[in-house]
Amino acid sequence: MDARVANSLAAPETQKDRTGQEQVIIQARDIHKIYQLGETQVHALRGVSVEVKQGEFVAIMGASGSGKSTFMNILGCLDKPTSGTYLLEGIDVSQMDKKALAGIRNRKIGFVFQGFNLLARTTALENTELPTLYARIDKAERRRRAMEALNLVGLGDRVDHFPSQLSGGQQQRVAIARALVNRPSILLADEPTGNLDSRTSVEVMEVLQALNRQGLTIILVTHEHDISQFTKRSIVFRDGKIRRDEPVARPADAAEVLKTMPVIEE
Amino acid sequence: MDLISTLRVAFRALARNKLRSALTMLGIIIGVGAVIAMVGIGQGADQTMQQQIANLGSNMLFVSAGSRNLGGLHLGWGATKTLVRDDVAAMVKECPAVAAAAPGAGATAQVVYGNDNWGTRITGTTPEYFDIRTWAFQGGTSFTPDDVTNASNVAVLGDTVRKNLFASTDPVGKTIRVGNLPFMVVGVLVPKGQSPAMNEDQDDIIIVPLTTLQKKITGQTWLRFVMVSARSRSASYAAQQQIEALLRDRHRIREGEDNDFAVRNLADMADLASEASRVTTLVFGSVAGITLLVGGIIIMNVMLVSVTERTREIGIRMAIGATEADVQRQFLIEAVVMSLIGGAIGIVFGVGLSFMISSTFGWPILISGAAIGAAVAVAGAIGIFFGYYPAQKAARLDPIEALRYE
Repeated sequence: MDARVANSLAAPETQKDRTGQEQVIIQARDIHKIYQLGETQVHALRGVSVEVKQGEFVAIMGASGSGKSTFMNILGCLDKPTSGTYLLEGIDVSQMDKKALAGIRNRKIGFVFQGFNLLARTTALENTELPTLYARIDKAERRRRAMEALNLVGLGDRVDHFPSQLSGGQQQRVAIARALVNRPSILLADEPTGNLDSRTSVEVMEVLQALNRQGLTIILVTHEHDISQFTKRSIVFRDGKIRRDEPVARPADAAEVLKTMPVIEE
Repeated sequence: MDLISTLRVAFRALARNKLRSALTMLGIIIGVGAVIAMVGIGQGADQTMQQQIANLGSNMLFVSAGSRNLGGLHLGWGATKTLVRDDVAAMVKECPAVAAAAPGAGATAQVVYGNDNWGTRITGTTPEYFDIRTWAFQGGTSFTPDDVTNASNVAVLGDTVRKNLFASTDPVGKTIRVGNLPFMVVGVLVPKGQSPAMNEDQDDIIIVPLTTLQKKITGQTWLRFVMVSARSRSASYAAQQQIEALLRDRHRIREGEDNDFAVRNLADMADLASEASRVTTLVFGSVAGITLLVGGIIIMNVMLVSVTERTREIGIRMAIGATEADVQRQFLIEAVVMSLIGGAIGIVFGVGLSFMISSTFGWPILISGAAIGAAVAVAGAIGIFFGYYPAQKAARLDPIEALRYE
């Protein structure tokens, strides 16, 4: 991977503020989320407060129904909290309207999903380019950035492939390239390895670790303990609250782990 | 997203389901094609009718002897004996809007030349008749006023009569027999074809001096009709009023009594024919327009299916930053592109259909730029109208739900 390219893409200009302190990117304070399902109210989040600094690599864990997905949707500006404030890079986004939120999702947040969610019959390059279409970037620049992002995830030679012609790991890497193309502040990955075999999972984690090392802030939802071991901090949800929030004692290096794994012939 | 990218996405989406897109457009294609063909036929018919009415004679009025109510017995048109040659002379003298007038009476007779014979209509009139109707001669000339005065045995032939009696010889100067009377042919008329108003062969006729007909053939002294030409088209209404007043006076018709004659104005007939063809065009056009409406509904239906099918795609687009307006525009443009392409193909189809109908049935077709422009505008409007709801539905999707959609 080209480190210079990675740097220019992944790291926002202000990695540290003037005082040398690491900048706080996400500040969620006392977030509540209540869904109204007919007569019953579902209290999905019951007062969640989290701070994430520039360059962190956080795993959010918990059983299904623990509120981790709801929290992730709020972090990703796909949903609004019922109460509480959410500051993204110091800007309160918790009460923005839909149009403004779409703009935030476009420029500040990169999404990676469990199901890859690439557009079928659309090349890797065009899939990667997609967010730039909504960002008023001129055509040559769009293409340049998409190429850069694909090179960054090691798929520079597969730009004209359709998703159906790529393996699961490659598809997820296209999805990561797409998430990076608008140079977001954070990368949100929702079970990015959920559909992948264990070796490919580690390969994807290797890509994410490399990006994180270049300064990219990553928040990853997973229910696999093994996967969370590749991150630096793990937050465990239960019943709509944060149960545990602690640094990962000794993060595993995905590149090292890969060397010990058998290569499966495809 | 900018317009060019949106258009590209729309074309890509349509190309992905070629058969479906083509079938969806079919409604619009047929609708636009039908409208163009129907309006083309209607306008062509109108133009032809106007031309034929104009051919009947410039500024022409037709005075016919009327029906009469004899002690409860209604007699048909032409049954009265009150319309006479003196009325014609009075019209020319006393009605300032009348330029010329020619009396007319008729009969049917068997015409014989050599071994051939032909049953036809005989009209008795004066030489003015040919001028008023603007009938030209292909050979010979009209009979003269002297022929009328002298009740000469001379005749002018219509082209159908010429064809049936004189296959290849020139009839001018030859003698034919009408009943037992010999007539010398002095002229042959240029063929005029079917009459649009009466639907009869205008060339199946022989014309003789009025006096000859009255004295030697029918023995009647009254007229069946008078052909009148007004000084101008705009004067034809004045001429109509003047003739009516004059004839009521001359025929001593009291206030409140019905006319014993009728004056028909060709300008009226032209308006009537025009109105008739306008209504026909409107009816046909409306039926074709309903096809267009159905085409729009098909587009709406397919777009709704498409939105459901692509729920996940919409979710992805929203997650990576598409606004509601972006999504709405994308689907709206897809619908408009479909209806406009359908409209364009429909124009080609409609013009082709028109020419096919024109050459098969021999109907004249008039394709106007206005009709084509209107078709394009309507097709676009249909795309927007019927694409709006599906696009709105797509834009209102919740991105979280849409991403979860299987």
